[in-house]
Amino acid sequence: MSGEACLVARELVRTYRRGSEEIRAVDGVSLAIRRGEFVAVTGPSGSGKTTLVNLLGCLENPSGGELELVGRPIFGGGRTLTERELTRIRRQLFGYIFQSFYLIPSLTVRENVQLPLVFYRKTGVADETEKLLALVGLEKRAEHLPGQISGGEMQRVAIARALVNAPEILLADEPTGNLDTRRAREIGAILQELNEARGLTILLVTHNPGMAALAHRVVEMRDGRIVP
Amino acid sequence: MITPFQVAAKNLLRKKARTALTLVGITLSAWVLVSLLGFNRGYETALNRNIEGMGFQIMVMAKGCPYEAATMMLQGGTGFRYMEESVVEQIRQDPDVDKITPILMQAFFDPNKGQSGGIAGYFGVDPASFPELRPFFRFRQGGWFKEPAALEAVMGYEVAELEQREVGDRILVPEKDVELKVVGVMERTGTQDDGIIFVPLRALQQIAGIDRITTVGVRTREGADLGALEGRLYKLPDVQVVSFSQVKDTIMKLIGTARVMVLSIAVIAIVIAMVGVVNTVLMSVLERLQEIGIIKTVGAMPGDVFRLVWTETVILCGVGGAAGIVLALAMARGTDVLVRLALPYAPTGSLVAIDLKLAAATFGVIVGVGLLSGLYPAWRAGRIRPLDSIRGEGR
Repeated sequence: MSGEACLVARELVRTYRRGSEEIRAVDGVSLAIRRGEFVAVTGPSGSGKTTLVNLLGCLENPSGGELELVGRPIFGGGRTLTERELTRIRRQLFGYIFQSFYLIPSLTVRENVQLPLVFYRKTGVADETEKLLALVGLEKRAEHLPGQISGGEMQRVAIARALVNAPEILLADEPTGNLDTRRAREIGAILQELNEARGLTILLVTHNPGMAALAHRVVEMRDGRIVP
Repeated sequence: MITPFQVAAKNLLRKKARTALTLVGITLSAWVLVSLLGFNRGYETALNRNIEGMGFQIMVMAKGCPYEAATMMLQGGTGFRYMEESVVEQIRQDPDVDKITPILMQAFFDPNKGQSGGIAGYFGVDPASFPELRPFFRFRQGGWFKEPAALEAVMGYEVAELEQREVGDRILVPEKDVELKVVGVMERTGTQDDGIIFVPLRALQQIAGIDRITTVGVRTREGADLGALEGRLYKLPDVQVVSFSQVKDTIMKLIGTARVMVLSIAVIAIVIAMVGVVNTVLMSVLERLQEIGIIKTVGAMPGDVFRLVWTETVILCGVGGAAGIVLALAMARGTDVLVRLALPYAPTGSLVAIDLKLAAATFGVIVGVGLLSGLYPAWRAGRIRPLDSIRGEGR
């Protein structure tokens, strides 16, 4: 872990309107994550952790506040980024893992891992599909369809897919939420290895204390704010 | 490494029944379209071939209904009108006339023809001038008769086959009980001549007891002004002039109505097929909102998603269009039979002419219309916001 901050959020706000009521899902969050750091975000349901990760991962625009990624200002000054601009940032910097895997059922395990490369390959990034399949222990399942593998294996495919374009930051939103304890431990071990062996920056949203314990730092959220 | 094309193709294979039904729709519309366009071209070609097979551009006949005259010319018929033979010499004087031949058409009822009898068509032709106008006639056996009044006959291919006649055989003219000696049997021409028995003009006049003729065939000189010649011929008393360009125009006009109807059906078939394409691809998009969302999350631009969905449309229309064209080629003969049953007059020869150029043009139309049909679903897919679709709010 180097001392250089690769993600800096200042007073991030995200509000939603439900009828006449305004909900502040994220309410003035400031957070800095250093390169190679493994940070877990925890908190009860509705505390705003997923919304925060969506903002940090450029999946949506904030209502206010600033965000800086690898030294570049992204959000700030009230400017809203277009979907194209957000996509450009996402594919340069992030890998994503979600609770519901979101694999394409008609593509094999190998093809699912390669999917991001169909649309974009970062300059200088080689196709490391086979290495990644070996990393997540699925080299023998490469030709299987998602319907032919277990939930834990599906999440490992999603991890390999998130890594295929060599992201700066891996965002994992409840990656073990749909898995049993044993499979959850396997996924946790893979994330830990990615962080320690590859120096990958990881931001993990989890309810699971065992998963949170793998992180260097745990950030707890409540009512859209970070608990001091 | 997987390609966008493979991603699109594999997605279509997920819902096999729906994809298959859509393909059937496109295949049928492509079949109808290519067959219709093939008919448009084939009919005109066959008609031109039949008309060119006549050997002359203008026919002069006794005054009467021009449509009846046209039918008589192309199909043979009864109820002939006659004119004096002297008209031949008058026509020959015209400077634009190259060759000329008198013809006497006769039809006799043959009780032995078919199950309940039928009409036997006889052409009385001048052995000196008629063969010159049909130099492309080829004989399977024998040749033309030489004497203008000889009781001899040259049989068209089909009539000779039907009656199992060869050179040297004798045939009996129905109703008249006159024997003719077969001196020639023609090769197949693919025209109405295949069903005609040719007899020397004078002999047929004697057999029929008529000293006049029904028709004068006129071949014009190269570069002749057909319109002006027709005008001069019309000045002859009690004759009507039928040019084959007129006949062709008349027949094509009659067929035009049928063509418009069939074309309308083809357009409706295409529209229905394309609505099927829109439905299939749009359903597929709406069912995959989360997948499309994740594709955009991992780096696909709106244009990438647009192209991906559009590719699915291209695959559907490409495969369906190609299958329809293959089907049309395979069924061309059957279509020909069906078209003949539906039309009041159909020239001999193939009516449905499908070649590579036509097949490629039809394929282009189907894929082009398919691309238009795919615009909306592809646009919808391109606009999906990843976060909304992952949350299940993209609908």
